[in-house]
Order: sequence, then structure tokens, then C-alpha cells
Amino acid sequence: MDLTILWFCIVGFMFVGYFVLDGFDFGVGMSLPFLGRDDTDRRVLINTIGPVWDLNETWVIVAGASLFAAFPEWYATLFSGFYLPLLLILLALILRGVSFEYRHQRSESAWKKRFDRMIVIGSAVPAFLWGVAFANIVRGVPLDAGHNYTGTFFDLLNPYALLGGLTTLLLFFTHGVVFVSLKTEGDIRERARRLATRAGVLTVVVAAAFLLWTTLAHGTVASALLSAAAAVALIGAVLANTRGREGLSFGLMAATIALAVLSLFFALFPDVMPASNDPANSLTIENASSSAYTLQIMSWVALVFLPLILAYQGFTYWIFRKRVSRAQIPVEGAH
Amino acid sequence: MNLNDLLDPLILSRWQFGLTTIYHFLFVPLTIGMATTVAIFQTAWVRTGKAKYLQLTRFFGKIFLINFAMGVVTGIVQEFQFGMNWSDYSRFVGDVFGAPLALEGLLAFFLEATFIGLWIFGWDKLPKKLHLVTIWATAVGTILSAYFIIAANAFMQNPVGYEINAAKGRAELTDIWALLTNKVALAAFPHTIFACFMVAAGLIIATAAWHLYRNQHLETMRPAMKFGLWMMVIAGALTVLSGDQLGLAMVETQPMKMAAAEALYHTSTGADASFSIFTLGTPDGVHELFSIRIPYLLSFLSTHTFDGTVEGINDLQAQYVQLYGPGDYSPVIWVTYWAFRWMIGLGMLHVLIALVGLWITRKGRQPRWRWLWRVAVWAFPLSLGAMIMGWVFTEMGRQPWIVFSLLKTQDAVSPGITGLDVLISLVAFTLIYGALAVVEFKLIKKAIQKGPDDAPEPDPESGELRHEATVY
Repeated sequence: MDLTILWFCIVGFMFVGYFVLDGFDFGVGMSLPFLGRDDTDRRVLINTIGPVWDLNETWVIVAGASLFAAFPEWYATLFSGFYLPLLLILLALILRGVSFEYRHQRSESAWKKRFDRMIVIGSAVPAFLWGVAFANIVRGVPLDAGHNYTGTFFDLLNPYALLGGLTTLLLFFTHGVVFVSLKTEGDIRERARRLATRAGVLTVVVAAAFLLWTTLAHGTVASALLSAAAAVALIGAVLANTRGREGLSFGLMAATIALAVLSLFFALFPDVMPASNDPANSLTIENASSSAYTLQIMSWVALVFLPLILAYQGFTYWIFRKRVSRAQIPVEGAH
Repeated sequence: MNLNDLLDPLILSRWQFGLTTIYHFLFVPLTIGMATTVAIFQTAWVRTGKAKYLQLTRFFGKIFLINFAMGVVTGIVQEFQFGMNWSDYSRFVGDVFGAPLALEGLLAFFLEATFIGLWIFGWDKLPKKLHLVTIWATAVGTILSAYFIIAANAFMQNPVGYEINAAKGRAELTDIWALLTNKVALAAFPHTIFACFMVAAGLIIATAAWHLYRNQHLETMRPAMKFGLWMMVIAGALTVLSGDQLGLAMVETQPMKMAAAEALYHTSTGADASFSIFTLGTPDGVHELFSIRIPYLLSFLSTHTFDGTVEGINDLQAQYVQLYGPGDYSPVIWVTYWAFRWMIGLGMLHVLIALVGLWITRKGRQPRWRWLWRVAVWAFPLSLGAMIMGWVFTEMGRQPWIVFSLLKTQDAVSPGITGLDVLISLVAFTLIYGALAVVEFKLIKKAIQKGPDDAPEPDPESGELRHEATVY
């Protein structure tokens, strides 16, 4: 197999991993105002992702680095072209990350509220903007002959991309709320289940519209099939949730996100960043990729280490498989 | 200067990269140094079962974690910035430079990020020895990540293992082994790691000194002080030795940087190749008014002989014009000159603090002059200062090149971004980083001043020491 195709798949896999994993972190973060009735509730919510948010977030660093190593032109064009949206994502991730660590350092409620707000914003902004970014990649952006983005920030906020952003926002929100119902006990679990149903129905409508638009405007046969599969998985996730099958529902949400991301990658292939102004300026897996030698080295490393990484990350999830309850949250001041 | 000059994306991007990198590297050395230190304390606890080691593990572990989060979130900025602000650099070197970055992610970051979560939340969920393994895995991850990032940086200082593909206009990797065993990397890696241990030692000394000055937590802070002092002296000695090796590699690969470190304009030999401790010059830095000099020292640092010849800036400039065409090939001399001195000076100063500390506490003595403990608190800021000066020297000393001899910094900036874009991001980073620095400093200070928790009670049934589960 051509190594550029292998690396297109690996980069796709990295982003699938990132959106499936950090996706529910974003959802849990956004759910604080909906499910966290008091501080103990909010601490239960945060502790469902406490041990794993950092490893989940690391997927985007590794995805970015893989992009840099395997497709330097893609990395360079994408990151410099989407400068301001990426800046907002970075700032949001900074605020979210430090808030997890800082919020429990002091017990005043004003202190905690400030960091709760930052967790909500720090989760919602990337959840929305990643969708905007990927929708724009699929839609195509104006590129000059040197592959530099020639549009403005506001060109990125077109209706299709905004719908893409809304789709990821809602997908991640529902994903996170289903995760909460899977990982908590008692009242909050019940409320999460009800919220997941309501959010799920809205997500089905928005995601179906986005995937349909993608299929009609940019789709291929493969991407259309994947979009259809994503839609079926999403409906299945909502139905499973209403029947209290939390594990199944979470698995189907993960499948939905994975299939939707794959559908976008299949819609792109063999381009990686189509130029909307002139197809000759498009970046493809061929003209954006690294040399055969670099791809070869990186392939060996990825094939050896990715299984190992998945194994020890799986181990972490296994260790922290138990549900988090209010009883486990120590009384304030004991910390 | 008019508004257009001020909003030059190149200048603003350089400021942004400098500020965000220095800021990131305030947290990284503590992460690297403290991960290993906490692992050592925890190993001591697992092996001896003594409560004081558990207390030290938990106490320094807490400070380590407050710092860790900042290292993580400011690190993502670094990974993205190459593409955002330096896209032509990314295009030119991505085939070579991307590989160690991806290796860092796959081999080091995942390890670090996964096992730190297991360590923080695994106190009551993992068997004692497996829990110990998680902090060591984290420590290995931090050190591995340093190796790969230094190998990437070493390519910028001394490009190896590549060839230029003229058709694609970029450098392409031809030998990964050569890239990973770059002589600059082999010297810079131990130099950086031992300096990170000095920063960790500085934090431990400062913390212990603060409590010993107040005569409190003696049962934990006395052993912590002893540990920190020895760690500082040993790491300090190894930093000097590896720094010497790095100096030799630098003279060989980037003679201009050594000349700029000494502001040596004329090629000099033997006694003339002297090292100035302090110099006042004319504002342009070219003429010297007053200087305290040690003869032969620069010759020795550069060549390990007393009669060696050290090339001067003027000769090197002439050579480089021949090789690379017209242009100014010297870095900003006052920056390299003073950064080099501050690095060495601050470094020696806090090793001196540690040596004095070891002397006055020999055989379990306590100092008669308690104000000495207040001086010892400075070991921490001094060690961070020396670290930052080292990086300022090594990065500014490479200028005007971004990749020595291959690509200039001015040709590396993203063509598509505007000055306004970068101004917005520079202001945003400055504001957020500034605010977080205040919060971070207060939280670490509070955690240090609170001191370790009381010695844990043994469990009545098993006799094991109890340790609470961590909950956010």
C-alpha cells in the first residue's frame, strides 16, 4: 500500500481518537450548568473525567505532530490559514485544562464558580470550532499557488461550516451527557439520561442536516454510506439511552462520531485541503506529504507503538471503570 | 517606527514565540525534575515504609501537579505555533523536524499523560508497587519528551541527516539515526536534563528553607533539605560538565555563537582568547571601555587547550558572506553576551548556596545564623533564571538563522498571516499567561507554606499507612 494513503488513514485515526475521547470531556464540561445542581454534583461530573482528560487531550497534540511529520504542507497551510480559530481553540484548551487543576485548590464558592465558567467556555469553544474547521476543510478554502490561505477569518464562518460547528457541539454534548449517565449513580445519573434523550433528538436533526449537505455538496459513495451509518448509530444511541442501556448508548455515540469523522475524510480523499478557487492549487495526499523515507520510519514507529498506547490507555479506563457517586466526594475542607 | 513596522508579522511572531516558549519553559523543568524527585521519594517510602517519605511524596507531589497542568496546556501552543506562525519553516523542515515531534507525541506524551492520571487518582485503586511504577513511567515520559524535542532543536542548530530536495524546495530526512544522535543533541540533552534537576533541587531547597527558618515540619523538611542540597550539587556539577561538552560542540558547529557569547570581534589565540566576567562597552557593543578578564579561559572553553585559537565575529562574518551571500550573520551581541554570563553566573550562585548549605548542616548541625535559610530560598528563582538565560542564549545565538546555514528566520514566517492576526494572539497570550502566572504563583506559594500533612495513621487492621484517595 502506498504510504501516503496509510498516513492519511493514521491521521484520520488520530482525529477519530481525539474527537471520540476528548469529545465526551467537552460534553461533560458543557453539562456543568445543566446537571450540576450543587458543588458536589459538579465535582462528581468533573471527577468522571478527572483521570483521563489529559490523556484524551494528548490525542490532539499527537494528531498535530503526525500531521506535521507526514503532511507538512497540510499542517502548514491548515494551521496558518485557520490562525484565529486555532488561537481561540488554544486559549479555550488552556483555560479548561488549568481549571480542572485549580478549581479544587480553594474552597470559596466564588473561586469555584469562576473556574466552572471557564470549564464550560473552554469545552464549548473547541467543540464548536473543531466542527467549523473540519467543515471548511471539506468545503474547500481559497488557496494561492504557494498553498497559502487567501481568505479572511469571516470567510470561515459560512453557513455550512457553522452548521458543522453546531453538529460537533451537539454531538459532543450528547456524547458527554451519555458518558455522565454511564459513570455516575443516583439522581444525577437519572437526570443525565433524560437530558441525553432531549439533546439526542436535537442532535439527530442537526447532524442529519449537516451530513446530508456534506453528501450532496461534497460527498462520494463511500462518504455517503459512512454518513448513513453515522446517522443510524446516532439514532440507535438515542434509543438505547431511552431504554437505559447506557453502555450501548455510549458505544453507539462513539461510533457515530468515528463514522462522521471518517465520512469527512472519505469526502476529502485524495485531496487533503481542496482549493475552492482553483483545483490546481489543492493540496492532495501526494503534494502535501513527506518523503517516502520519513513516512517509512514513521510507519514503523506508529505500527509498533499505537497498539501499545491503546493497551495502556485501555488499562487506565479499566482501572477507573467504577461509577462516581456523591458519597465519594469528600466534605469540603478535608481535601 | 511607523505602524506598519510595528505590525510586522515577523517581529510580532518572534516576540510571541520567545514569550510563549520562555513561559512554557518555566513549568517544563519543574515537571521533568519533580517527576523524578517525587518518584524517588515514593520509592523511599515503598522500600522503607517510613511515614516521612510518604509525607514528602504527597507534599511535593501536590506542588508538582499544580505546575504540571500549566506545562501541559502551554505545550499545546508550542506544537501548534510552528504551523500557525512559521508555516514556511514547517514546509521547509517538516519532513525532518516533524519526525522527532511525532516520536515525542507517540512515545513520550501519551506515556506521561496516561500514567500521570493513574498516579493522581490511583492511590487507593492500584497495588502499592504498581502505583509506584506509574510515577516512574511519568518521569520516563518527561525525560523522553525532552530528548526528542532537543533532537529537533539540535537540527536547527546543526542540521544533519538530511538532503535538500531542490524540486520541492525543502530539506528531506535521509538518516533518522544521524538526526537522533546529532552531536549537539547528545550534549544539549544531559545539559538540559541536569539543569532541570537543578530547578527541582532549587524548589526543594527553597521550600525546606522556608519551613526550617520558621522551625516547623522539621521531621520532613530536614531530610528534604539534605536531599535538595545534594541533588543541587550533583546536578550542578553534571550541568557544568555537559555544558562544557556542549560548548565544544558549539564551537565546532556554530563558531559564530561562541564568538557572540564572548563578543569576540577579532580572532584570538592563547592568552588573548580571554573570558571577560564583566564588560562595559560603547552602546553599539563594538568598542570596549572597561573589562575584567581571565586570560586563556575562552581558549580553554572552546578548544580544551590554553593556546587554542578562537575565531572572531569579523572573520566569521567575512567567511559567511563568501558562503551564503551578502548579509549580517552575527546575532544580537549584547543579548548573547549577557545571557551567557547570566546563565553561568546564576548557575554558579545557586550551586554556591547549596555548597554552603551542605557545609553548615554537616553531620546534622543546624546553622547558627538563621537568616541563611532566607538566602537559601533564592536557590529556586536563581535556578529558573539560569535555565531561561541558557535558552535565550542558545536560540538568540543561532540568529539570523532559524535552521543554521539553511533557512533564515525572516524567510520562515507564515506568508498568509497579517500583523493584526499576530498582534491579537500576542496580546491574548500575554494577558492570559500573565493572569495565570499570578494564580499559579499564589497557589504554589500557598501549597508550599501549608507544609506537608501530618504523618498518616497506620491502618488498625493491616498496619499499612493510610493515604487518602485524590478527588478533584
